[in-house]
Amino acid sequence: MELSSARHGDTIVLSPRGRIDHARAEAFKTALGPHLAQAGPGHPLVLDLGGVDYIASVGLRVLMLASRQARAQGGTIAVAALQPLVREIFEISKFTLVFPCFASVADALANPAARPQPGAAGR
Amino acid sequence: MLIRFWGTRGSLPAPLGTAGLRRKLVRALQKAAGRPLDTDEALERFVAEELDFATSHTFGGNTACVQIDVGGPEYVLCDLGSGAREFGLAAMARYRPGVAQVFHVFLSHLHWDHIQGFPFFVPAYIPGNRIVIHGCHEGLEAGFRRQHGAPSFPVNFSQLPSTIEFVHLVPGETYEVAGLRVTGKRQFHSGDSYAYRFERDGKAVVYSTDSEHKLDDPASARGFADFFRDADLVIFDAMYSLADAFSIKEDWGHSSNIVGVELCQMAGVRHLCLFHHEPAYDDEKLTAIWRETERLEELTRGERPLRITAAYDGLELRV
Repeated sequence: MELSSARHGDTIVLSPRGRIDHARAEAFKTALGPHLAQAGPGHPLVLDLGGVDYIASVGLRVLMLASRQARAQGGTIAVAALQPLVREIFEISKFTLVFPCFASVADALANPAARPQPGAAGR
Repeated sequence: MLIRFWGTRGSLPAPLGTAGLRRKLVRALQKAAGRPLDTDEALERFVAEELDFATSHTFGGNTACVQIDVGGPEYVLCDLGSGAREFGLAAMARYRPGVAQVFHVFLSHLHWDHIQGFPFFVPAYIPGNRIVIHGCHEGLEAGFRRQHGAPSFPVNFSQLPSTIEFVHLVPGETYEVAGLRVTGKRQFHSGDSYAYRFERDGKAVVYSTDSEHKLDDPASARGFADFFRDADLVIFDAMYSLADAFSIKEDWGHSSNIVGVELCQMAGVRHLCLFHHEPAYDDEKLTAIWRETERLEELTRGERPLRITAAYDGLELRV
């Protein structure tokens, strides 16, 4: 699973590529792990999904588990640049209610919703 | 096979109330404003052809009860939720008094919403009728006796004059019942639940309710895809959104429309029927979920389309 990372100030931007389906979800989870471990107060994660063509329920489950872990560590995960099909899947699955969704990585980096609020405690 | 849905809700009966009815009436009258609907035929056509589903229909409020009609003399049901009451009345009306009837019930599990119709199942109170309850759980009879007597019900199970039998099925084994080949499969649900695959004349219908798919085990997904393989109809618990099923309602034992579509696509199923509706959802919400599921199928369609229906009380599907 191709997953590139970049640091923008204190924010880690992760950019997976391709399909996150039943064949590749486990690899996505594995690739995400080391970066997720760094998510915490002052270190938000943004998932740039602009390179993701499709995400299946197993991929969304990986995201849910990642969100849970990030929250437990006092961090946040936002998603950005969803392709139209992935955006619709997020809407149908109600994952738009779970993750802050931004039109672009730049929007996510600029928006406080992508960051933990001052004094926010982990779970 | 003709599949009749007598109850399609989960957890608790959820009848349409006055507020919901009034919303439908207002929408219908708004749509009809200025139209020359001055005959019964014009009104019937208007309601059938021009009103959206949530306005012209209701999903109903009865809990799980689905009939599989193969045209034979014996009835076949899946579960005995509150929908079993209306089914029982219809069955009694079909024949003149005194004609003994046989009912085969395949029980997914013993949770209340899947057995609560039995104390109101009129055929059970008629001497000569035979009711055979098939299920993979141990303790089937105890589950029925527990709800059918004091303090929960004024008539005791022991007083029922019909012949009531309990048949224990082994998951994975196939049985011949009432002209159908029936196979059960264990599902993840509190206390376990069981899906049933019904086959006859090259057609297959799967009843899979109260089943949570945790997706952490690819072998489990493959197992369900194999159980659903090439089915003409899969009746599937799509009670929660995927987000809810993975978070606040994790381990509650239910599934989502997203997983239903994926499993059916993996299995080459022809028709997915969303079932076990959340009682808190009104007709507008359930219609929206149905349309979203159709859209998801369209977005993710593989080699062949998967027809999507949302079950409602009174729906009939021919397979």
